[in-house]
Amino acid sequence: MTTTEAPPEAPRGPRTSSRAFAFLRNTWRGLTSMRTALVLLFLLALAALPGALLPQRKLNAPKVDEYIAAHGWWGTLLDRLEFYDVYSSVWFSAIYLLLMISLVGCLTPRSFEYVKAMRAKPVLTPRNLSRMPHYRRGTTTLTLDEINQRLGGWRRVVRQEDGSISAERGFLRETGNLLFHFSMLGLIVFFALGKLFGYEGQVIVQADGSQFCNSGIYNYDSFNAGLRVDGTDLNPFCVKVKDFTAHYTEAGQPDYYHSNVEYQSGEDLQTGTWRPYNLEVNSPLRTAGDRVYLLGHGYSPKFTVTFPDGSTRTLDTQWRPVDPTTLLSEGATKFDQPGITDDTQRRTRQLAVTGLLAPTAFMHGSVLTSSAPGLDQPAVAVDVLRGDLGLDSGRGQSVFEVDQSLIDDGRLKKVARQNLKVGEELKLDDGTKIRFDGVGQWVSLQVSHDPTQGFVLGFAITMFLGLGASLLVKRRRLWVRVTPGTEDEPGTVIEVAGLARTDQAGYGEEFNRVSERLVRSQKG
Amino acid sequence: MPINETLSRYSDWLYTTAAAIYVVALMFTLVEQGFGAKGRLATERAKQRARELVGAGGPPVVTTEQPAEVGKPERIGRMGAALLVLGALLQGTAIVLRGLAVHRAPWGNMYEYGMAVTFITVVTWLVVIRKFPVRHLTGFLLLPVVILMFINGTLLYTIAAPVQPALQSYWLVIHVSAAIIGSGVFLVPGVASVLYLFRAAYEKDSAKFTRFASKLPEADVLDRIAYRTTIFAFPVFTFGVLCGAVWAESAWGRFWGWDPKETVAFIAWVVYAAYLHSRATAGWRGARAAVINIVGFAAMIFNLFFVNLVTAGLHSYAGVG
Repeated sequence: MTTTEAPPEAPRGPRTSSRAFAFLRNTWRGLTSMRTALVLLFLLALAALPGALLPQRKLNAPKVDEYIAAHGWWGTLLDRLEFYDVYSSVWFSAIYLLLMISLVGCLTPRSFEYVKAMRAKPVLTPRNLSRMPHYRRGTTTLTLDEINQRLGGWRRVVRQEDGSISAERGFLRETGNLLFHFSMLGLIVFFALGKLFGYEGQVIVQADGSQFCNSGIYNYDSFNAGLRVDGTDLNPFCVKVKDFTAHYTEAGQPDYYHSNVEYQSGEDLQTGTWRPYNLEVNSPLRTAGDRVYLLGHGYSPKFTVTFPDGSTRTLDTQWRPVDPTTLLSEGATKFDQPGITDDTQRRTRQLAVTGLLAPTAFMHGSVLTSSAPGLDQPAVAVDVLRGDLGLDSGRGQSVFEVDQSLIDDGRLKKVARQNLKVGEELKLDDGTKIRFDGVGQWVSLQVSHDPTQGFVLGFAITMFLGLGASLLVKRRRLWVRVTPGTEDEPGTVIEVAGLARTDQAGYGEEFNRVSERLVRSQKG
Repeated sequence: MPINETLSRYSDWLYTTAAAIYVVALMFTLVEQGFGAKGRLATERAKQRARELVGAGGPPVVTTEQPAEVGKPERIGRMGAALLVLGALLQGTAIVLRGLAVHRAPWGNMYEYGMAVTFITVVTWLVVIRKFPVRHLTGFLLLPVVILMFINGTLLYTIAAPVQPALQSYWLVIHVSAAIIGSGVFLVPGVASVLYLFRAAYEKDSAKFTRFASKLPEADVLDRIAYRTTIFAFPVFTFGVLCGAVWAESAWGRFWGWDPKETVAFIAWVVYAAYLHSRATAGWRGARAAVINIVGFAAMIFNLFFVNLVTAGLHSYAGVG
């Protein structure tokens, strides 16, 4: 033995693989242990918290931008760590995926055990019943079979060999437990599917008989689609908004909103049939598998511009409420003078009527405010801007405001400022007249599509039922043994013992009741 | 329909009176806790009772609710309990009158919500002291109740008014009452768990909190109270969240949207779920479980105050302006 032999290569292979296997097995065991599940539950709770404390992009994107701007590098860092999209972030998803894996790993063996336990007979009667936490001894005149009959509802076995009965009850607890957890899995899966295949779109529609059709994304003001929605295959339907009514209490608090709409979907689209629906806040229109909600409302002032050449233009662009209690609104109605073909000239003549609209006007000197949300005495305080509105610049702009940079550049100039009541008009230096004709109303509608929410509801219901059973049903055991009496104790001696298999079950009362029925107490 | 201001004024008076009565009941029961034999002998009594329930061997023991000798502190404690019943009756009437005054379920803003939550807590406690010999602990429960009622009646007070259109639905009755019952009951295990921590520390090392914790019932009894009330409140709270989702589907266009209120309700739910799991996990029973329960209740309180008053979400119905 002079040469030092290299260790044989062959055994190493299986050893590494068995080590790898052991690693996998241990990881799996660790992951599916209750302790890990607990830690993951805490992590889930903790990870969900920033979503309540920080602005979220899904709920309020402008607020997120504001927050980032206000917090410098810290705001940017949070953004890169997905703190403004908590619920679709990598870390949040990782936690709940791990939790789901842990859950499956916990539930699978439990399900097998459950099936086994359902088939198993109740356990043998212990020799010494008096050691059980619940115990009672007395005499009885009942035979073992009669006692057996009195234990209806218990799963039981009569053991003639030692004159005893062992009984068990409360299997519904584990049934409920499994039902709860499997339902929760189903709920999460279908919730996620709904996010993939669903969409939500918002649109503002004038409440004067204007209509909206769910035929493509371009019809919406904003549209949030699931990953599997490209917007080409929306469920076709149309909604016509006939009117909108808001009722306010004397204090100016809204009492109810409703909007008469007409809609068509399915065959009605071919035949041109419109069906009426009373759209209200808590009762969305459900048609063609989608839901249409009345989310908000506002006013659209109507202005007629009479240009020096005598041509007129009338617009009733929607303005947006800035004060939710008085519905004081702001906006910009943008006019293009008709009949001018030269673009350069046209861009010096565009008009914007901007400012405030008060549904119930109240003047603080010359400052217009609104004293109530109802359309009682509407008035506007407007600035008229003339010049280039930037409508041809190709840049998207808000329908509610003019591009401030154009004013700063001097391309858009303020040419008038005035307060107007309905029917009043103002005159510009070039003879253009702008009349405030009145106020219309608009509603903002939301169309929601979620193909799986019915399943989610179904799983939520079974989850709740399972939860109830798993918490309120107690697993408990009962044993009865009868032995022939002695001289001291004539008759038949009966021993009853009980054991609760769930912690803090409060089995005592029930045990007393059951044993009371079986035992005729000695001095009774 | 117009608001009935007379009824709403009576409701306010009853609310204030109930709060004052709770303060007196608090002091009375603290006297019992501090000086009563029951407080001192709570451990023995609990043990004895447990024995009666568990090992009722030979002849059945006739359970006498009152010890043969009733000392002065016990009598004061009993008066405290009677006052608690009276206060609860007045507060219940205050809620009913508020409902009659506004012609709707009387839980449409934060003041009304707080009024109902504290009422549920008191009622739950009355049930608990019927089942467990812990009347002398009433003061510890009433302390947070009275504080909540004070904040509620001063800072959060809202005059009787109708609710906005989004709240005009029968789901207001179902969803909010489930939330109220859940939150109200959860206060009891919260308090019981705090007391548990003191008592458990004392039982481990009798030098710790000796004066205070020796007068508390056994840790096991406190643990049982916390567990039993939690497993009642948890399904109710779950039901409330699920009903909220159903309502949100018809009011806001989606059944779940991570609104701050929804998020914190989810967090509280997960924490209480962790509490229930911790009781089945070796090494997590006892003190750790109690801490989890307290964290759960903290989440509920956070949801009520911080989310309603600080964050802006869809649930901003506090009516506190």
